[in-house]
Amino acid sequence: MNGLSTVFRKEVRENIRDRRALFNSLLLGPLLFPLLFVGMMWFLESAEKERAEATLELPVIGAGYAPSLIRFLEQQGTEILPEPEDPEELVRSQEVPVVLRILPEYPEKWAEGLPAPVEVISDPSRQESNAPIRKIKGLLYAYGQQIGSLRLRLRGVSPQLASPVMVKDVDLSTPKSRAILAVIFLPYVLMITAFTGATHLAMDTTAGEKERKSLEPLLINPVPRWQIMTGKMLTTMVFAMASLALTLVSFRIVLPYMPVGAFGMDLTLGLETLLKILFVISPVAILAAALLTLLASFAKSYREAQSYMGLVILIPMIPSLIFMANPIKAEMWMMNIPLFSQNLLIGELIREEAVPLTWYALSIAGTLVIGLALAVVAATLYNRPKLIFSTS
Amino acid sequence: MIVVKNLRKSFGEVKAVNGVSFEARDGEITGLLGPNGAGKTTTLRMLYSLLPPDEGEIRIDGLDPTRDAMEIKRTLGVVPDSRGLYSRLTARENIRYYGELHGMDKQTIRERIDTMTRTLDMADFIDRRTEGFSQGQRVKVAIARAMIHKPQTVLMDEPSNGLDVMSTRALRDYIRNLKADGHSVVLSTHIMQEVAALCDRIVIIAKGEVAADGTAEQLLERSGCDSLEDAFVKLIGSEEGLLA
Repeated sequence: MNGLSTVFRKEVRENIRDRRALFNSLLLGPLLFPLLFVGMMWFLESAEKERAEATLELPVIGAGYAPSLIRFLEQQGTEILPEPEDPEELVRSQEVPVVLRILPEYPEKWAEGLPAPVEVISDPSRQESNAPIRKIKGLLYAYGQQIGSLRLRLRGVSPQLASPVMVKDVDLSTPKSRAILAVIFLPYVLMITAFTGATHLAMDTTAGEKERKSLEPLLINPVPRWQIMTGKMLTTMVFAMASLALTLVSFRIVLPYMPVGAFGMDLTLGLETLLKILFVISPVAILAAALLTLLASFAKSYREAQSYMGLVILIPMIPSLIFMANPIKAEMWMMNIPLFSQNLLIGELIREEAVPLTWYALSIAGTLVIGLALAVVAATLYNRPKLIFSTS
Repeated sequence: MIVVKNLRKSFGEVKAVNGVSFEARDGEITGLLGPNGAGKTTTLRMLYSLLPPDEGEIRIDGLDPTRDAMEIKRTLGVVPDSRGLYSRLTARENIRYYGELHGMDKQTIRERIDTMTRTLDMADFIDRRTEGFSQGQRVKVAIARAMIHKPQTVLMDEPSNGLDVMSTRALRDYIRNLKADGHSVVLSTHIMQEVAALCDRIVIIAKGEVAADGTAEQLLERSGCDSLEDAFVKLIGSEEGLLA
């Protein structure tokens, strides 16, 4: 085992001196992802606020048909613009997000007490017009409610008769559990970090070594090849773990600054939670190190290895994306699925729910078995001369 | 002492080594001379147990590389064609790494590196990172790395490749010293001057086979030529791939 630790120590020393390794494993993931996500939330929030607070400028066709509606809209802060010539074209060319058309039969229907038709002309596939559309529809609905209850009252009927059911919210979520709404991406980011943190090392210690032609002399040393490969994989794993730990610390620092709107959320990651997350995800680092080393060992050069990595990075994304698109209740059998189980467990940990110990055990065992199986294959790969000499 | 009998190795259709036999004795320098692609590197790779032979027998001090790979690696010092130094490590760290892989203790490694820094004249660059080293400096580090554990048998693949005149002279002196110390040295080359200047025995390899084998005088005699150069060309059957 002496050979193994010698290889490990040398790889760590060499890669700590490698700016590319440090950048990829220790800087890119830990800095980029947290800042990216928090920054994005800031941006979204401020843009949304701006749109919500902005005065709605609304071109109206046939304003004369409904003077009281127009007055209502103006009272609510809407700026009514004069009738455009071609409202559809105006919306299509994105000059205005929404146009209101009051149809000629409006006064007649209104007088008869029938629903009076107005049209909201817009293109909801334009995301930026969603806020104005929501705003104008809300105003129209409020106006309708107001007039409706007035009409009932005039006829001597209590407007309450029109609301037979009263709905009250009893909210059992806690500030901690609501936090998962804001950090649903965290498991996803961590899963990717486990892989990005391992990528450069896995390639550099195998394909890179082959490319620099130092693999052949290395293998002439009296150390079993599995020990050499395991030493390399261990280095890769340690860098992936360091990358994960730094990312978590970085999230712990920036999360409290995340804008979460009106919801009361507790976004502090406690030290205990942090360590638990790290513990839960560590088998993923082993899996990533083994899988990436295995793949990179087949490549003749760093560049060739890089072309495989683009596809591999999709693997950790799949379970997270499925979970984000279709959140399901965690169940015991899911704990056997690598990556997916970590996703679920990290979610539970952030909510600070009690998780059965068997779940941890199953998640760790399930991922570890596959990770170690891949590691065994990777460790014996250079027993094939073909792979050693594939550059020459 | 190396004994090779009827060694064969094919890669698919290509017969890289097709029945090579020779001996390399202790205290002698044996040169494997042949054009590029003659099978020299493949032969050496089978000697240092990185490639298993298809057929034939290898004995290095009585050990068989296919069975006693670990044992053989301990007694061999190899300077392969690819020097492959780690550019982010210093020369000393590169050499120390191999010493550690050989299971040597720190004290012994330090002493060996100090000795070799003197004999190979590496004091100027021993503690510099090997990035940007000249070919001559690289070869010196590669040799020191291969010799860290005082191997009895030394294999060198094209050792003077890319070296300038001064470095080549220093290298030859070093190889002669190894011989004087009783090591068995095998070097492969496609440069005739190298074998003429260094080797006690010359094994001429062409197209995966041994074309001739013997001392320089014996080769001259056998070919009936006046100069080694003519003798080589005649024995190999073509001038292709040889360098004067």
